[in-house]
Amino acid sequence: MNADGELEKLVEWVEGVRKRVHEIAGEWEDEEGSLIMILHAIQDEIGYIPRGVANELAKATGISLARIYEVITFYTYFRLTPPGNHEIHVCMGTACYLRGAESIQARLLQQIDLMKAAGGPKDDFQVDCVRCIGCCGLSPAVVMDGKTYGRLNPEDSPEILKQKPGV
Amino acid sequence: MDKQPLTTRELDSYTQEGSVSTRWIRVGMDTGGIAAGAQEVYDTLIEARDASGLDIDIQQTGSVGLSYADPVVLVGGDDVPTLVLGDMDAESARELFAGYFRDGRLLDDRVIATKNRGTGFDDTHQAVILVKDTGDGDSHHRTTIFRNLILEELEARGLEQKVAVYRALDMGLYHRGVCVQMLPSRVTYASVTGTDVRRLVDESLRHGMVLEDLLVPGGDPQERISMRNCGTIDPSELESYLRAGGYQGLKRALVEMSPEQVIEELKTSGLRGRGGAGYPTWLKWKNTRGQESDRRIVICNADEGDPGAFMDRSILEGDPHSVLEGMLIAAYAIGADTGFFYIRVEYPLAVKRVQKAIRQCREAGLLGENILGTGFSFEAKVRFGAGAFVCGEETALIASIEGRRGSPEPRPPYPSIKGLWGKPTSINNVETLATVSAILEHDGSWYAGFGTEESRGTKVFAVTGKVRNPQLVEVPMGTPIRTIIEDICGGAGHGSPIKAVQTGGPSGGVIPVDKMDTPVTYEALLELGSIMGSGGMLVMDESDSMVDVAKFYLGFCVEESCGKCAPCRIGGFQMLSLLKKIHAGDGMVADLDTLRDICVCMQTASLCGLGQTAPNPVLSTLKYFEHEYLDLVTTPETVTPSGKGRKNA
Repeated sequence: MNADGELEKLVEWVEGVRKRVHEIAGEWEDEEGSLIMILHAIQDEIGYIPRGVANELAKATGISLARIYEVITFYTYFRLTPPGNHEIHVCMGTACYLRGAESIQARLLQQIDLMKAAGGPKDDFQVDCVRCIGCCGLSPAVVMDGKTYGRLNPEDSPEILKQKPGV
Repeated sequence: MDKQPLTTRELDSYTQEGSVSTRWIRVGMDTGGIAAGAQEVYDTLIEARDASGLDIDIQQTGSVGLSYADPVVLVGGDDVPTLVLGDMDAESARELFAGYFRDGRLLDDRVIATKNRGTGFDDTHQAVILVKDTGDGDSHHRTTIFRNLILEELEARGLEQKVAVYRALDMGLYHRGVCVQMLPSRVTYASVTGTDVRRLVDESLRHGMVLEDLLVPGGDPQERISMRNCGTIDPSELESYLRAGGYQGLKRALVEMSPEQVIEELKTSGLRGRGGAGYPTWLKWKNTRGQESDRRIVICNADEGDPGAFMDRSILEGDPHSVLEGMLIAAYAIGADTGFFYIRVEYPLAVKRVQKAIRQCREAGLLGENILGTGFSFEAKVRFGAGAFVCGEETALIASIEGRRGSPEPRPPYPSIKGLWGKPTSINNVETLATVSAILEHDGSWYAGFGTEESRGTKVFAVTGKVRNPQLVEVPMGTPIRTIIEDICGGAGHGSPIKAVQTGGPSGGVIPVDKMDTPVTYEALLELGSIMGSGGMLVMDESDSMVDVAKFYLGFCVEESCGKCAPCRIGGFQMLSLLKKIHAGDGMVADLDTLRDICVCMQTASLCGLGQTAPNPVLSTLKYFEHEYLDLVTTPETVTPSGKGRKNA
């Protein structure tokens, strides 16, 4: 593919996103209390909320960009930067904390560092601590790419990563 | 919309229908169950059933609350005793068809014995003996030995073909020696010794006589009202809820009662908000109704944010219609036309099930115009939270739905006067609404019959941490904490003894083990320096450092502080720095006084509940475990119980 082709693709993607933002805003046009729901819908599709998209949303909804940013930056769920392509959420609820969530997290990070040192994994893992995921009966627990893993101990952590293909 | 709206008559016809199939299996498929492998168990069961050609109804349900034993499966039918099975996997799922449904055979270490124990034998012969050594240590080995003793005795009497003996997963009894439960009578013996085995077989099995000296009388201290359908109905089917008596409470309210009468019924019931503050529900509704306005709104607060609390998730996942019905009743009582479920986005399954419930109700005419032909109209919608703990606070929640930052506003005016978009708004928690529908299905005085004078009814607790069997428990108010922790959840986990129980999450406090006989009521917990909160009950043992626990909870609140008011923003930060310093062994005795001063300042001057209650875990650990703080500030070399407090550790 030549550079022009790539550029065309990029432009096409941007146009597609622009269209979707207006579509989503349109779907919520007559609904009360819609801004956070629109932001959720955008993040679900794109993975984060790029500045240009927020700008486009301001145009589509008539809500000022400042107010949209105020909201995005207040709520920890919304991201301004792209996520890793595999997300690991370590639950830091009380039950998980007492049962060693911190060492689970440390072990995961260590494991990812080791993989990077050994030539790098094909995938990009992002480890975040999250608020209680409500699986206290299974503590300590982590969520990876939407799937919950419970009753972990620090030795288990690499096993979860291994279940992913390409690692 | 193809379907015709439901009429009140059709609604009743569901409760009169017989059961679908005589034999059934229910698989608990809430988030916890699925994380433990319930999906695989379910798929295997379907496969095994289809291969066996047996007519058995397999249903997906929510969780019965036994989180420690996930995945949990219930089996039963007209001709087989109902059993609760835990720690299920694909192999034991197949075994249900190869064994249980063919010749009654069970697997070892799967059955959870019922606490609704029998007191005598009827004519049916006892087919199953469950046995477990409930002591600590290698109880599994001792259980096996004991089972063999019983088997030998059965063989000597030629009964080995008639009576099967299995190791139980849990007996519902703890530290009571060897326990034995016979089925189907559910007669249960504790402290059984080797010499009792002969009597057990001769007198109980062969002659139906009860060994009074070993008998453990029945009585499950739990009472399921808010969680009445969790684990027994299919949460994704409206019909399943209707068969269990669903929307009968709504029908009664709409057809037989005026809104004022509904409020009066709630007053009789004594129900207080289950989200934490314990404000009387009827009064909240009355205030909202009493406010002159062109429009009123009801909100279900499903932003369950307390770490360690998951009762709301469990109810939304296991019985979403009970909450929706409660919302409809609230809407009728206060005169609302719109309702919002404000749900944590971290609860995707709960969101899915609530959205489905709303869709089903629209199709059945239970939402929309002219509900049940009564002229009452109402719409329910879902709004997501976005990871802000403070949005559980009602003014912040309102700001969030309105599409703003979740910053709290000073109250008054309360939302019942000026709420969402300035309209009178009643905000009720998930458990509260699930209870409302039960109260209207029965009546107010029925509900008031549970609990204590000041704290009526039942409350769901999520018991987690260093406890043997973490689970959801629903008990009448006034039940001693000790009953919940020890009798229901089995007491300390493996290892060290219990030191304290934390209630109320980051807004609550710790209760030392010597105060465990305190009954759970709003008043008694407040007196101890804690709160009821949403119902998290976190068990801590001797290996947990109380300074670390205080630091954890405070750290949570500091992170979640919205930053609007100075006492919370600055006070929390300073206090956390002090706690970190003390925990690292660099603190001074004077730091404890500074901590206390900041606590008082935050409690009195913060804008909202988050800041006002954030000092509670610090204050209550200082109150009951000051020596742990002192140990760290006076002798930095001392190793705290957890070992985390050592200097330079």
